[in-house]
Amino acid sequence: MNDLSGGFTDPPAQSANAFRAILDAMARPGRIVTLDGLGRGPAPISAAAATVLLTLADRTTKLHLASSHDHVPLRDWIAFHLGAPLVAAEEASFALGSWAALAPLDRFAIGTPEYPDRAATLLVDGHDFDAEPVKLCGPGIRDTAELALPEREAFHRNHARFPLGWDAIFCGGDRLAALPRSTEIA
Amino acid sequence: MTDQAYNFAYLDEDTKRMIRRAILKAIAVPGYQVPFASREMPMPYGWGTGGVQVTAATLLPTDRLKVIDQGADDTTNAVSIRKFFQRTAGVATTERTAEATLIQTRHRIPETPLTEEQILVYQVPIPEPMRFLEPRETETRRIHALADYGLMQVRLYEDIARHGEIATSYAYPVEVACRYVMDPSPIPKFDNPKMNDCPAIQLFGAGREQRIYAVPPYTRVVSLDFDDHPFRASKASHDCAICGASDSYLDEVITDDAGGRMFVCSDTDYCAARAERGE
Repeated sequence: MNDLSGGFTDPPAQSANAFRAILDAMARPGRIVTLDGLGRGPAPISAAAATVLLTLADRTTKLHLASSHDHVPLRDWIAFHLGAPLVAAEEASFALGSWAALAPLDRFAIGTPEYPDRAATLLVDGHDFDAEPVKLCGPGIRDTAELALPEREAFHRNHARFPLGWDAIFCGGDRLAALPRSTEIA
Repeated sequence: MTDQAYNFAYLDEDTKRMIRRAILKAIAVPGYQVPFASREMPMPYGWGTGGVQVTAATLLPTDRLKVIDQGADDTTNAVSIRKFFQRTAGVATTERTAEATLIQTRHRIPETPLTEEQILVYQVPIPEPMRFLEPRETETRRIHALADYGLMQVRLYEDIARHGEIATSYAYPVEVACRYVMDPSPIPKFDNPKMNDCPAIQLFGAGREQRIYAVPPYTRVVSLDFDDHPFRASKASHDCAICGASDSYLDEVITDDAGGRMFVCSDTDYCAARAERGE
């Protein structure tokens, strides 16, 4: 029997707290937030990524597991706690994986000119927040901000097609940061 | 049934997740109206059903909530929404702008400058700025996709041709982050400059029209205008009759049936705080 523990024990309060942390990160790119009241899932998913899934994903959201995270214990945990249908990258509204496993990125939905909101959100797990930071500017940022990114070029290209593009949430341990498509890589 | 029979902040968790996903996409594409599956709320459309849903999905048990209606904390709409969240979420409330962590507003932005620790939730009746110029949703969607906003400039130009100035005084269209033209909800145009480079997160909810949109902090919000007819944030040219403020937006109050009238601050908290300090 797989370990299915790690769901929220007090969903309304825990998901409200987690959402405000995610909102804060998405609205202020570069800000690294530490979550408390965490959910937990089986390895390799980080507590932060498990918390984001418990807060945002459910049976109405199509989820793609990249090869780094496509393991039976995690599939079972997702089926039990979220019920999210697991789909191919092209159909996903959320995608979970390490940066390397999420490639190639042109598989993910970037929305349409009429509906730019129909774009994927990438959950980049196992993110190294202490790597060399790059400079960011754009909505949500007073002057400039800094954030460690797994690479620079992909985010630069993603911003270039604004208002289309995917959005990224970086997770590692109990911390997360976000980079919406609106952010310019300086 | 007791109030505890409701989930925290009234809405069920499925609904809150759906609204939260819409809010995050709205933040990622500033000024773009994200469709969402608006729920029926225990209040009529026009009473802030969109704002209430956004507030419910955003609220923390530890938040301190302020609700204003046209600047006032003590009018029916503000009182009933404040009570709604007191009962269903058990949150603390306040009338002081500076003490609030989440402010739901109908048609005003508080005079007291907002901070990074605050979220402002607007109640929006008609989220589509082009709706009165182009009734077809398919067409307004294309207008936004192509950023083809010439029609709006023509509307403002016709104002000038007819009245000698841009007569639009509320719901004055803005351009957000150099891309989308957005309806700021029916706030007086006096408030428009407060949206620009604001440290707080600004969220907009339209319940009947099923749209959520957002302006992230420190985002460029520009009121549309012309080089030779620049935007002016206008107000009644009086001082407040109660607190004497010359820098706040004023309501005209009729005092008798013989033409008597006075001008008072629309922001009741701002006015009361000034009067208390004896300014």
